[in-house]
Amino acid sequence: MITLRSLLVPHRIAMMAVFAALVLWCAYALRWDWIPKYAPLAAEGIWRTIWILAVTSVLGFLLAIPLGLAQAIGPWYLAAPARTFCTIIRGTPLLLQIWLLYYGLGSLFPQYPWIRESELWPYLRQAWPYAVLALTLSYAGYEGEVMRGAFSGVARGQIEAAQAFGMPRFTMFRRIWLPQAIQNALPTLGGETILQLKATPLVATIAIVESYAVASRVRQDTFIVYEPLLLLAVVYMVIAGILAYGFRKLEQRVPVKGH
Amino acid sequence: MEQVIELLSLSPPGWGGNLLRGLLHSLEIALGAFGFGLLIGLGGAIGKLYGGPVLRDILAVYTTVVRAVPELVLILILYYVGTDLINKAAGAMGYGRVEISGVAAGIWVLGIVQGAYATEILRGAIKAIPIGQIEAARAFGMPPLKMLRRVTIPAMMSFAIPGLANLWLIATKDTALLAVVGFNELTLETRQAAASTRAYFTFFLAAGALYLMVTLLSGRVFARIEKWARKGQPGHRRAGA
Repeated sequence: MITLRSLLVPHRIAMMAVFAALVLWCAYALRWDWIPKYAPLAAEGIWRTIWILAVTSVLGFLLAIPLGLAQAIGPWYLAAPARTFCTIIRGTPLLLQIWLLYYGLGSLFPQYPWIRESELWPYLRQAWPYAVLALTLSYAGYEGEVMRGAFSGVARGQIEAAQAFGMPRFTMFRRIWLPQAIQNALPTLGGETILQLKATPLVATIAIVESYAVASRVRQDTFIVYEPLLLLAVVYMVIAGILAYGFRKLEQRVPVKGH
Repeated sequence: MEQVIELLSLSPPGWGGNLLRGLLHSLEIALGAFGFGLLIGLGGAIGKLYGGPVLRDILAVYTTVVRAVPELVLILILYYVGTDLINKAAGAMGYGRVEISGVAAGIWVLGIVQGAYATEILRGAIKAIPIGQIEAARAFGMPPLKMLRRVTIPAMMSFAIPGLANLWLIATKDTALLAVVGFNELTLETRQAAASTRAYFTFFLAAGALYLMVTLLSGRVFARIEKWARKGQPGHRRAGA
Protein backbone atom coordinates (compact mmCIF):
# COMPACT_ATOMS: atom_id res chain seq x y z
CA MET A 1 0.00 0.00 0.00
CA ILE A 2 1.76 3.12 1.22
CA THR A 3 5.50 2.70 1.05
CA LEU A 4 8.19 5.13 2.11
CA ARG A 5 9.32 5.51 -1.48
CA SER A 6 5.85 6.54 -2.63
CA LEU A 7 5.77 9.23 0.07
CA LEU A 8 9.10 10.74 -0.95
CA VAL A 9 7.86 12.28 -4.19
CA PRO A 10 8.43 16.06 -4.41
CA HIS A 11 4.75 17.06 -4.43
CA ARG A 12 4.01 14.79 -1.48
CA ILE A 13 6.90 16.25 0.53
CA ALA A 14 5.51 19.71 -0.18
CA MET A 15 2.02 18.61 0.85
CA MET A 16 3.34 17.06 4.04
CA ALA A 17 5.13 20.32 4.83
CA VAL A 18 1.86 22.21 4.34
CA PHE A 19 0.10 19.70 6.56
CA ALA A 20 2.77 20.00 9.26
CA ALA A 21 2.45 23.79 9.13
CA LEU A 22 -1.30 23.42 9.51
CA VAL A 23 -0.89 21.17 12.55
CA LEU A 24 1.60 23.60 14.11
CA TRP A 25 -0.76 26.49 13.45
CA CYS A 26 -3.58 24.53 15.11
CA ALA A 27 -1.35 23.78 18.10
CA TYR A 28 -0.41 27.45 18.61
CA ALA A 29 -3.40 29.45 17.43
CA LEU A 30 -6.23 27.35 18.83
CA ARG A 31 -7.11 26.87 22.47
CA TRP A 32 -6.05 23.60 24.03
CA ASP A 33 -5.93 24.67 27.69
CA TRP A 34 -9.09 22.68 28.44
CA ILE A 35 -7.35 19.38 27.75
CA PRO A 36 -5.74 18.73 31.17
CA LYS A 37 -9.05 19.29 32.92
CA TYR A 38 -11.01 16.99 30.65
CA ALA A 39 -8.33 14.38 29.93
CA PRO A 40 -9.57 11.77 32.45
CA LEU A 41 -13.13 12.12 31.19
CA ALA A 42 -11.94 11.91 27.59
CA ALA A 43 -9.94 8.75 28.28
CA GLU A 44 -13.00 7.21 29.88
CA GLY A 45 -15.11 8.24 26.89
CA ILE A 46 -12.70 6.76 24.35
CA TRP A 47 -12.52 3.56 26.34
CA ARG A 48 -16.32 3.38 26.41
CA THR A 49 -16.49 3.92 22.63
CA ILE A 50 -14.10 1.04 22.06
CA TRP A 51 -15.91 -1.17 24.55
CA ILE A 52 -19.32 -0.52 22.96
CA LEU A 53 -17.86 -1.13 19.51
CA ALA A 54 -16.25 -4.42 20.53
CA VAL A 55 -19.25 -5.80 22.43
CA THR A 56 -21.87 -4.88 19.83
CA SER A 57 -19.76 -6.07 16.88
CA VAL A 58 -19.07 -9.46 18.45
CA LEU A 59 -22.67 -10.00 19.62
CA GLY A 60 -24.03 -8.67 16.34
CA PHE A 61 -21.79 -10.99 14.36
CA LEU A 62 -22.87 -14.00 16.41
CA LEU A 63 -26.47 -13.07 15.64
CA ALA A 64 -25.66 -12.52 11.96
CA ILE A 65 -24.50 -16.13 11.46
CA PRO A 66 -27.94 -17.69 12.03
CA LEU A 67 -29.54 -14.79 10.13
CA GLY A 68 -27.29 -15.39 7.14
CA LEU A 69 -27.65 -19.15 7.35
CA ALA A 70 -31.46 -18.93 7.53
CA GLN A 71 -31.52 -16.78 4.41
CA ALA A 72 -28.98 -18.88 2.52
CA ILE A 73 -30.29 -22.41 3.09
CA GLY A 74 -33.12 -22.14 5.61
CA PRO A 75 -36.70 -23.26 4.91
CA TRP A 76 -39.08 -20.41 4.07
CA TYR A 77 -40.43 -20.11 7.63
CA LEU A 78 -36.93 -19.23 8.84
CA ALA A 79 -35.76 -17.38 5.74
CA ALA A 80 -38.75 -15.02 5.56
CA PRO A 81 -38.48 -13.65 9.14
CA ALA A 82 -34.70 -13.30 8.79
CA ARG A 83 -35.09 -11.38 5.55
CA THR A 84 -37.81 -9.17 7.06
CA PHE A 85 -35.60 -8.40 10.05
CA CYS A 86 -32.68 -7.40 7.82
CA THR A 87 -34.93 -5.25 5.61
CA ILE A 88 -36.41 -3.40 8.57
CA ILE A 89 -33.06 -2.78 10.23
CA ARG A 90 -31.47 -1.62 6.98
CA GLY A 91 -34.48 0.44 5.96
CA THR A 92 -34.82 2.68 9.01
CA PRO A 93 -32.34 5.12 10.59
CA LEU A 94 -30.32 3.79 13.51
CA LEU A 95 -31.10 6.91 15.54
CA LEU A 96 -34.79 6.06 15.29
CA GLN A 97 -34.11 2.46 16.36
CA ILE A 98 -32.12 3.63 19.37
CA TRP A 99 -34.84 6.03 20.44
CA LEU A 100 -37.57 3.45 19.83
CA LEU A 101 -35.84 0.96 22.12
CA TYR A 102 -34.76 3.46 24.78
CA TYR A 103 -37.87 5.61 25.04
CA GLY A 104 -40.34 2.98 23.88
CA LEU A 105 -39.22 0.01 25.98
CA GLY A 106 -38.12 2.39 28.72
CA SER A 107 -41.67 3.73 29.02
CA LEU A 108 -43.25 0.28 28.68
CA PHE A 109 -41.27 -1.63 31.31
CA PRO A 110 -42.24 0.36 34.43
CA GLN A 111 -45.90 -0.45 33.75
CA TYR A 112 -45.31 -4.08 34.67
CA PRO A 113 -44.76 -4.67 38.39
CA TRP A 114 -43.02 -8.03 37.85
CA ILE A 115 -40.34 -6.32 35.76
CA ARG A 116 -39.84 -3.64 38.36
CA GLU A 117 -39.45 -6.27 41.07
CA SER A 118 -37.07 -8.44 39.04
CA GLU A 119 -33.33 -8.59 39.59
CA LEU A 120 -32.71 -7.02 36.19
CA TRP A 121 -34.58 -3.83 36.97
CA PRO A 122 -31.55 -1.82 38.22
CA TYR A 123 -29.92 -2.51 34.84
CA LEU A 124 -33.04 -1.86 32.79
CA ARG A 125 -33.24 1.63 34.26
CA GLN A 126 -29.87 2.54 32.83
CA ALA A 127 -29.28 3.59 29.24
CA TRP A 128 -26.51 1.23 28.21
CA PRO A 129 -28.52 -2.01 27.82
CA TYR A 130 -30.69 -0.24 25.24
CA ALA A 131 -27.66 1.21 23.49
CA VAL A 132 -25.96 -2.19 23.31
CA LEU A 133 -29.18 -3.86 22.15
CA ALA A 134 -29.84 -1.29 19.42
CA LEU A 135 -26.29 -1.32 18.07
CA THR A 136 -26.14 -5.13 18.22
CA LEU A 137 -29.37 -5.54 16.28
CA SER A 138 -28.23 -2.98 13.75
CA TYR A 139 -24.89 -4.71 13.16
CA ALA A 140 -26.67 -8.08 12.94
CA GLY A 141 -29.10 -6.71 10.37
CA TYR A 142 -26.39 -5.42 8.05
CA GLU A 143 -24.12 -8.42 8.63
CA GLY A 144 -26.91 -10.95 8.19
CA GLU A 145 -27.15 -9.79 4.60
CA VAL A 146 -23.36 -10.02 4.16
CA MET A 147 -23.20 -13.50 5.67
CA ARG A 148 -26.03 -14.70 3.41
CA GLY A 149 -23.86 -13.88 0.44
CA ALA A 150 -20.77 -15.33 2.11
CA PHE A 151 -22.45 -18.64 2.93
CA SER A 152 -23.80 -18.96 -0.61
CA GLY A 153 -20.38 -18.08 -1.99
CA VAL A 154 -18.51 -21.05 -0.51
CA ALA A 155 -17.60 -23.41 -3.34
CA ARG A 156 -19.96 -26.37 -3.64
CA GLY A 157 -17.04 -28.82 -4.02
CA GLN A 158 -15.73 -27.96 -0.56
CA ILE A 159 -18.96 -29.07 1.07
CA GLU A 160 -19.27 -32.11 -1.17
CA ALA A 161 -15.72 -33.14 -0.23
CA ALA A 162 -16.59 -32.87 3.47
CA GLN A 163 -19.72 -34.94 2.90
CA ALA A 164 -17.72 -37.52 0.96
CA PHE A 165 -15.49 -37.96 4.01
CA GLY A 166 -18.58 -38.61 6.08
CA MET A 167 -18.09 -35.55 8.23
CA PRO A 168 -20.97 -34.93 10.63
CA ARG A 169 -23.05 -31.91 9.63
CA PHE A 170 -22.09 -29.74 12.56
CA THR A 171 -18.38 -30.47 12.21
CA MET A 172 -18.67 -29.68 8.52
CA PHE A 173 -20.27 -26.36 9.36
CA ARG A 174 -17.70 -25.52 12.02
CA ARG A 175 -14.57 -26.69 10.18
CA ILE A 176 -15.34 -26.08 6.50
CA TRP A 177 -18.30 -23.88 5.81
CA LEU A 178 -18.15 -21.19 8.49
CA PRO A 179 -14.40 -20.44 8.26
CA GLN A 180 -14.57 -20.07 4.49
CA ALA A 181 -17.69 -17.93 4.68
CA ILE A 182 -15.99 -15.63 7.21
CA GLN A 183 -12.91 -15.47 5.01
CA ASN A 184 -15.11 -14.49 2.05
CA ALA A 185 -16.85 -11.85 4.12
CA LEU A 186 -13.76 -10.36 5.80
CA PRO A 187 -13.25 -7.38 3.47
CA THR A 188 -16.90 -6.38 3.86
CA LEU A 189 -16.82 -7.09 7.60
CA GLY A 190 -13.91 -4.69 8.00
CA GLY A 191 -15.82 -1.93 6.25
CA GLU A 192 -18.96 -2.66 8.24
CA THR A 193 -17.06 -2.56 11.52
CA ILE A 194 -15.76 0.90 10.65
CA LEU A 195 -19.36 1.90 9.87
CA GLN A 196 -20.30 0.53 13.29
CA LEU A 197 -17.58 2.68 14.88
CA LYS A 198 -19.10 5.66 13.10
CA ALA A 199 -22.51 4.72 14.50
CA THR A 200 -21.40 4.66 18.15
CA PRO A 201 -21.68 8.45 18.74
CA LEU A 202 -25.45 8.10 18.26
CA VAL A 203 -25.75 6.54 21.72
CA ALA A 204 -24.63 9.87 23.17
CA THR A 205 -28.20 11.03 22.47
CA ILE A 206 -29.48 8.68 25.17
CA ALA A 207 -27.07 10.02 27.76
CA ILE A 208 -24.19 7.58 27.45
CA VAL A 209 -20.89 9.32 28.04
CA GLU A 210 -18.64 8.09 25.22
CA SER A 211 -16.08 10.16 23.33
CA TYR A 212 -18.60 12.18 21.32
CA ALA A 213 -20.51 13.07 24.47
CA VAL A 214 -17.27 14.24 26.11
CA ALA A 215 -16.59 16.58 23.18
CA SER A 216 -20.13 17.96 23.40
CA ARG A 217 -19.67 18.46 27.11
CA VAL A 218 -16.47 20.47 26.56
CA ARG A 219 -18.30 22.58 23.99
CA GLN A 220 -21.15 23.29 26.37
CA ASP A 221 -18.93 24.04 29.37
CA THR A 222 -16.31 26.22 27.71
CA PHE A 223 -17.96 27.44 24.48
CA ILE A 224 -14.91 26.20 22.58
CA VAL A 225 -16.40 24.81 19.37
CA TYR A 226 -13.80 23.59 16.91
CA GLU A 227 -10.95 22.25 19.04
CA PRO A 228 -12.79 19.38 20.76
CA LEU A 229 -14.51 18.40 17.52
CA LEU A 230 -11.23 18.37 15.58
CA LEU A 231 -9.56 16.28 18.26
CA LEU A 232 -12.57 13.96 18.25
CA ALA A 233 -12.32 13.55 14.47
CA VAL A 234 -8.65 12.62 14.88
CA VAL A 235 -9.51 10.08 17.58
CA TYR A 236 -12.07 8.40 15.32
CA MET A 237 -9.63 8.40 12.41
CA VAL A 238 -6.99 6.71 14.54
CA ILE A 239 -9.42 4.03 15.71
CA ALA A 240 -10.66 3.52 12.14
CA GLY A 241 -7.07 3.24 10.94
CA ILE A 242 -6.25 0.60 13.55
CA LEU A 243 -9.38 -1.36 12.61
CA ALA A 244 -8.56 -1.20 8.89
CA TYR A 245 -5.00 -2.35 9.60
CA GLY A 246 -6.19 -5.20 11.82
CA PHE A 247 -8.69 -6.48 9.27
CA ARG A 248 -6.08 -6.32 6.51
CA LYS A 249 -3.74 -8.46 8.62
CA LEU A 250 -6.59 -10.93 9.22
CA GLU A 251 -7.30 -11.12 5.50
CA GLN A 252 -3.66 -11.75 4.69
CA ARG A 253 -3.49 -14.77 6.99
CA VAL A 254 -5.04 -16.87 4.26
CA PRO A 255 -3.15 -16.58 0.99
CA VAL A 256 -5.34 -16.00 -2.05
CA LYS A 257 -4.54 -17.66 -5.33
CA GLY A 258 -3.15 -15.33 -7.94
CA HIS A 259 -2.52 -12.32 -5.70
CA MET B 1 -56.47 1.08 18.48
CA GLU B 2 -58.90 4.01 18.32
CA GLN B 3 -56.49 6.00 20.40
CA VAL B 4 -53.67 5.25 17.96
CA ILE B 5 -55.73 6.47 15.01
CA GLU B 6 -56.57 9.61 16.93
CA LEU B 7 -52.91 10.27 17.73
CA LEU B 8 -51.87 9.78 14.12
CA SER B 9 -54.73 11.75 12.54
CA LEU B 10 -53.69 14.54 10.24
CA SER B 11 -55.61 17.40 11.87
CA PRO B 12 -54.23 19.15 14.99
CA PRO B 13 -55.20 17.00 17.95
CA GLY B 14 -53.38 14.22 16.07
CA TRP B 15 -49.73 14.47 15.10
CA GLY B 16 -49.89 12.81 11.67
CA GLY B 17 -49.57 16.15 9.89
CA ASN B 18 -46.37 16.95 11.77
CA LEU B 19 -44.91 13.58 10.86
CA LEU B 20 -45.72 14.03 7.19
CA ARG B 21 -44.23 17.52 7.23
CA GLY B 22 -41.11 16.06 8.81
CA LEU B 23 -40.99 13.37 6.13
CA LEU B 24 -41.26 16.05 3.44
CA HIS B 25 -38.35 17.96 5.00
CA SER B 26 -36.31 14.76 5.21
CA LEU B 27 -36.95 13.95 1.55
CA GLU B 28 -36.17 17.51 0.50
CA ILE B 29 -32.80 17.38 2.25
CA ALA B 30 -32.06 13.86 1.06
CA LEU B 31 -32.77 14.80 -2.56
CA GLY B 32 -30.74 18.01 -2.33
CA ALA B 33 -27.81 16.31 -0.59
CA PHE B 34 -27.87 13.39 -3.02
CA GLY B 35 -27.80 15.79 -5.98
CA PHE B 36 -25.06 17.94 -4.45
CA GLY B 37 -23.13 14.80 -3.58
CA LEU B 38 -23.44 13.54 -7.16
CA LEU B 39 -22.00 16.80 -8.50
CA ILE B 40 -19.08 16.61 -6.06
CA GLY B 41 -18.72 12.93 -6.86
CA LEU B 42 -18.57 13.47 -10.60
CA GLY B 43 -15.97 16.21 -10.21
CA GLY B 44 -14.06 14.13 -7.68
CA ALA B 45 -14.11 10.99 -9.82
CA ILE B 46 -12.85 12.84 -12.88
CA GLY B 47 -10.23 14.56 -10.73
CA LYS B 48 -9.09 11.25 -9.28
CA LEU B 49 -8.87 9.59 -12.69
CA TYR B 50 -7.52 12.36 -14.90
CA GLY B 51 -6.26 15.04 -12.49
CA GLY B 52 -2.67 15.93 -11.61
CA PRO B 53 -0.82 14.29 -8.70
CA VAL B 54 -1.61 17.07 -6.20
CA LEU B 55 -5.33 17.09 -7.00
CA ARG B 56 -5.42 13.29 -6.74
CA ASP B 57 -3.78 13.34 -3.31
CA ILE B 58 -6.09 16.06 -2.03
CA LEU B 59 -9.11 14.07 -3.20
CA ALA B 60 -7.71 10.94 -1.57
CA VAL B 61 -7.45 12.82 1.73
CA TYR B 62 -11.02 14.10 1.32
CA THR B 63 -12.56 10.68 0.67
CA THR B 64 -10.49 8.97 3.38
CA VAL B 65 -11.25 11.53 6.08
CA VAL B 66 -14.96 11.72 5.34
CA ARG B 67 -15.29 7.95 5.33
CA ALA B 68 -13.39 7.50 8.60
CA VAL B 69 -15.03 10.20 10.75
CA PRO B 70 -18.58 9.65 12.07
CA GLU B 71 -21.25 11.55 10.13
CA LEU B 72 -22.48 13.09 13.36
CA VAL B 73 -19.08 14.69 14.04
CA LEU B 74 -18.74 15.85 10.43
CA ILE B 75 -22.23 17.32 10.53
CA LEU B 76 -21.37 19.37 13.60
CA ILE B 77 -18.01 20.55 12.21
CA LEU B 78 -19.42 21.44 8.79
CA TYR B 79 -22.46 23.06 10.36
CA TYR B 80 -20.35 25.39 12.51
CA VAL B 81 -17.83 26.05 9.72
CA GLY B 82 -20.66 26.81 7.29
CA THR B 83 -22.48 29.23 9.59
CA ASP B 84 -19.20 30.89 10.61
CA LEU B 85 -18.09 31.40 7.01
CA ILE B 86 -21.43 32.80 5.91
CA ASN B 87 -21.60 35.16 8.88
CA LYS B 88 -18.04 36.35 8.24
CA ALA B 89 -18.87 36.92 4.58
CA ALA B 90 -22.07 38.73 5.53
CA GLY B 91 -20.17 40.83 8.08
CA ALA B 92 -17.54 41.77 5.49
CA MET B 93 -20.27 42.90 3.12
CA GLY B 94 -21.87 44.97 5.85
CA TYR B 95 -24.87 42.80 6.69
CA GLY B 96 -25.76 41.62 10.17
CA ARG B 97 -25.94 38.00 11.32
CA VAL B 98 -27.64 35.75 8.84
CA GLU B 99 -30.09 33.05 9.84
CA ILE B 100 -29.32 29.95 7.80
CA SER B 101 -32.25 27.81 6.78
CA GLY B 102 -32.17 24.29 8.12
CA VAL B 103 -32.76 22.79 4.69
CA ALA B 104 -29.80 24.62 3.15
CA ALA B 105 -27.53 23.68 6.06
CA GLY B 106 -28.65 20.06 5.87
CA ILE B 107 -28.02 19.87 2.13
CA TRP B 108 -24.57 21.46 2.46
CA VAL B 109 -23.51 19.18 5.30
CA LEU B 110 -24.88 15.88 4.01
CA GLY B 111 -23.89 16.76 0.43
CA ILE B 112 -20.22 16.95 1.38
CA VAL B 113 -20.47 13.60 3.17
CA GLN B 114 -22.30 12.02 0.21
CA GLY B 115 -19.77 13.51 -2.20
CA ALA B 116 -16.96 11.39 -0.76
CA TYR B 117 -18.88 8.15 -1.26
CA ALA B 118 -20.15 9.26 -4.68
CA THR B 119 -16.56 9.99 -5.76
CA GLU B 120 -15.55 6.40 -5.08
CA ILE B 121 -18.66 4.90 -6.70
CA LEU B 122 -18.38 7.00 -9.86
CA ARG B 123 -14.64 6.46 -10.11
CA GLY B 124 -15.22 2.72 -10.06
CA ALA B 125 -18.02 3.02 -12.61
CA ILE B 126 -15.96 5.14 -15.02
CA LYS B 127 -13.09 2.68 -14.74
CA ALA B 128 -15.48 -0.16 -15.61
CA ILE B 129 -16.36 1.37 -19.00
CA PRO B 130 -14.65 -0.59 -21.78
CA ILE B 131 -11.74 1.69 -22.70
CA GLY B 132 -12.46 1.34 -26.41
CA GLN B 133 -15.63 3.41 -26.08
CA ILE B 134 -13.73 6.37 -24.68
CA GLU B 135 -10.91 5.95 -27.16
CA ALA B 136 -13.44 5.92 -30.00
CA ALA B 137 -14.90 9.22 -28.78
CA ARG B 138 -11.40 10.68 -28.53
CA ALA B 139 -10.51 9.39 -32.00
CA PHE B 140 -13.46 11.33 -33.43
CA GLY B 141 -12.09 14.46 -31.74
CA MET B 142 -15.05 14.87 -29.39
CA PRO B 143 -14.49 17.77 -26.99
CA PRO B 144 -14.08 16.60 -23.35
CA LEU B 145 -17.38 18.00 -22.03
CA LYS B 146 -19.36 16.54 -24.88
CA MET B 147 -17.60 13.22 -24.40
CA LEU B 148 -18.56 13.32 -20.70
CA ARG B 149 -22.19 14.03 -21.55
CA ARG B 150 -22.60 11.71 -24.53
CA VAL B 151 -20.27 8.80 -23.76
CA THR B 152 -18.84 8.61 -20.25
CA ILE B 153 -21.99 9.31 -18.23
CA PRO B 154 -24.40 7.10 -20.22
CA ALA B 155 -21.86 4.26 -20.42
CA MET B 156 -21.03 4.28 -16.71
CA MET B 157 -24.68 4.52 -15.58
CA SER B 158 -25.30 0.78 -15.44
CA PHE B 159 -22.18 0.26 -13.33
CA ALA B 160 -22.94 3.16 -10.99
CA ILE B 161 -26.65 2.58 -10.34
CA PRO B 162 -26.38 -0.17 -7.67
CA GLY B 163 -23.88 1.89 -5.65
CA LEU B 164 -25.88 5.07 -6.12
CA ALA B 165 -29.07 3.31 -5.01
CA ASN B 166 -27.28 2.37 -1.80
CA LEU B 167 -26.02 5.93 -1.42
CA TRP B 168 -29.53 7.32 -1.80
CA LEU B 169 -30.73 5.03 1.01
CA ILE B 170 -27.84 6.29 3.16
CA ALA B 171 -28.89 9.86 2.33
CA THR B 172 -32.47 9.29 3.47
CA LYS B 173 -31.32 7.63 6.68
CA ASP B 174 -28.62 10.20 7.40
CA THR B 175 -31.19 13.00 7.40
CA ALA B 176 -32.21 11.58 10.79
CA LEU B 177 -28.83 12.74 12.15
CA LEU B 178 -29.86 16.35 11.58
CA ALA B 179 -32.26 15.84 14.48
CA VAL B 180 -29.21 16.15 16.72
CA VAL B 181 -28.50 19.70 15.50
CA GLY B 182 -32.17 20.53 16.07
CA PHE B 183 -33.53 20.43 12.56
CA ASN B 184 -37.21 19.50 12.24
CA GLU B 185 -37.00 16.46 10.04
CA LEU B 186 -38.99 13.27 10.52
CA THR B 187 -37.05 11.81 13.45
CA LEU B 188 -37.11 15.00 15.53
CA GLU B 189 -40.80 15.65 14.76
CA THR B 190 -41.48 12.10 15.88
CA ARG B 191 -39.59 12.55 19.10
CA GLN B 192 -41.45 15.75 19.87
CA ALA B 193 -44.79 14.11 19.17
CA ALA B 194 -43.84 11.09 21.27
CA ALA B 195 -42.57 13.17 24.17
CA SER B 196 -45.66 15.35 24.39
CA THR B 197 -48.15 12.47 24.15
CA ARG B 198 -46.07 9.81 25.96
CA ALA B 199 -47.04 7.38 23.18
CA TYR B 200 -43.46 6.49 22.30
CA PHE B 201 -44.11 3.18 20.58
CA THR B 202 -46.92 4.49 18.41
CA PHE B 203 -44.94 7.37 16.99
CA PHE B 204 -41.55 5.71 16.60
CA LEU B 205 -43.17 2.74 14.88
CA ALA B 206 -45.16 5.06 12.62
CA ALA B 207 -41.98 6.95 11.67
CA GLY B 208 -40.20 3.64 11.11
CA ALA B 209 -42.99 2.60 8.75
CA LEU B 210 -42.63 5.89 6.83
CA TYR B 211 -38.86 5.42 6.46
CA LEU B 212 -39.35 1.82 5.41
CA MET B 213 -41.89 2.88 2.81
CA VAL B 214 -39.41 5.32 1.34
CA THR B 215 -36.71 2.63 1.29
CA LEU B 216 -38.88 0.00 -0.38
CA LEU B 217 -40.30 2.45 -2.94
CA SER B 218 -36.78 3.69 -3.75
CA GLY B 219 -35.70 0.09 -4.28
CA ARG B 220 -38.44 -0.30 -6.90
CA VAL B 221 -37.56 2.96 -8.61
CA PHE B 222 -33.84 2.17 -8.76
CA ALA B 223 -34.56 -1.31 -10.13
CA ARG B 224 -36.47 0.41 -12.96
CA ILE B 225 -33.64 2.87 -13.56
CA GLU B 226 -31.10 0.07 -13.61
CA LYS B 227 -33.11 -1.86 -16.17
CA TRP B 228 -33.32 1.29 -18.27
CA ALA B 229 -29.60 1.99 -17.93
CA ARG B 230 -28.78 -1.54 -19.02
CA LYS B 231 -30.89 -1.49 -22.16
CA GLY B 232 -28.82 -2.14 -25.22
CA GLN B 233 -26.25 -4.06 -23.21
CA PRO B 234 -25.70 -7.74 -23.92
CA GLY B 235 -27.66 -9.81 -21.40
CA HIS B 236 -24.76 -11.52 -19.68
CA ARG B 237 -25.32 -9.63 -16.45
CA ARG B 238 -28.37 -10.88 -14.67
CA ALA B 239 -30.35 -8.19 -12.88
CA GLY B 240 -29.81 -8.38 -9.14
CA ALA B 241 -26.82 -10.68 -9.45
